[in-house]
Amino acid sequence: MIILLLLLAAAWLLWSGLFKPLLLGLGVLSCFLTFTVVRRMGYFDNELFALRLSWSLFGYWAWLAREVLLSSIEVARVVLDPRLPISPSVIEIESTSKRAFAQVLLGNSITLTPGTLTLDLHKGVLRVHALTENSARGLMSGEMDRRVAALNPD
Amino acid sequence: MLYYAVITALLATTLLALVRAILGPSVYDRVLAVNMIGTKTVLLLAVVSFLYGRPDFLDLALAYALINFIGVLAVLEFFRSRAMREAAEAAEAAEED
Amino acid sequence: MDGLLDIVSWLLLTTGGVFVFIGGVGALRMPDLYTRMHAASITDSIGPILIIAGVMLQAGVTLPSVKLAAILLFLLLTGPTASNALASAALLAGTKPGGSKTPAGED
Repeated sequence: MIILLLLLAAAWLLWSGLFKPLLLGLGVLSCFLTFTVVRRMGYFDNELFALRLSWSLFGYWAWLAREVLLSSIEVARVVLDPRLPISPSVIEIESTSKRAFAQVLLGNSITLTPGTLTLDLHKGVLRVHALTENSARGLMSGEMDRRVAALNPD
Repeated sequence: MLYYAVITALLATTLLALVRAILGPSVYDRVLAVNMIGTKTVLLLAVVSFLYGRPDFLDLALAYALINFIGVLAVLEFFRSRAMREAAEAAEAAEED
Repeated sequence: MDGLLDIVSWLLLTTGGVFVFIGGVGALRMPDLYTRMHAASITDSIGPILIIAGVMLQAGVTLPSVKLAAILLFLLLTGPTASNALASAALLAGTKPGGSKTPAGED
């Protein structure tokens, strides 16, 4: 909880860049307002996931950035091909991790990667729309799922 | 000089998305196009702030990103409730037959 | 050293612009909603990454760089969320995704 307050205060100071008493007062007020709203929404009843797995998350982001670049090139090639060689399909994959955060991260990563799009996430099963055969096959190899599950072991 | 190429690309993409928004055909295509235009606007603001050397444009970009996200979600929620109501009405009409 | 940084930044900006433009072309060319969303996802993911990285190299280690990083993080978190909301709303309204249940030629 303290970490969240410190983060909010740091963000306020960074963005305003002014140190007049009035603005600082407003900053303190809005920090506590945000804190109260977030607490009433039940944020602290769940795990403080984002702050706890910060370090391994950067490694995952680096891998994801490479993946995004590769599949972007692939989708760009498909778009520029005059024949438009698409073969859309809907596949279902199951998330290894049972945690809500890991499943949301997986769904978001799938959508972020061009060529695959999460349609639905229900009870750990993701329905994914894939643009080409290649992107569907890449997803079904399950490497992304493995990496997400390794980020946040049960 | 550095920035004009990327600004041209962003503006051209905005134009393409605008054409998609006009062509439709479904309302979801239009929402998709509007969302694309929003993302392009954020990037455009970020680039323009460096072209003119005015870092305060970055705050505008962030605010625009926030408003764009909330706006798209609000519009989608609106159309979703309409689709659900229409589906319920269709089911009712089928029952009466 | 400054020249090298400029060249890398210019390269990032230009490739970002090219990818964004290709995504726009794809959003026009693709036949149905879900395939259009794939094209739009190019402009939502690789475009911001490359362009903001390019601008960040111009800014150096300054306050604007931090703000740019915040914008990038926010775009990358909300973009997929908005896409997912769009896809699920369209699915609920009865827009059928084209294509088979399993990828062709997989069996």
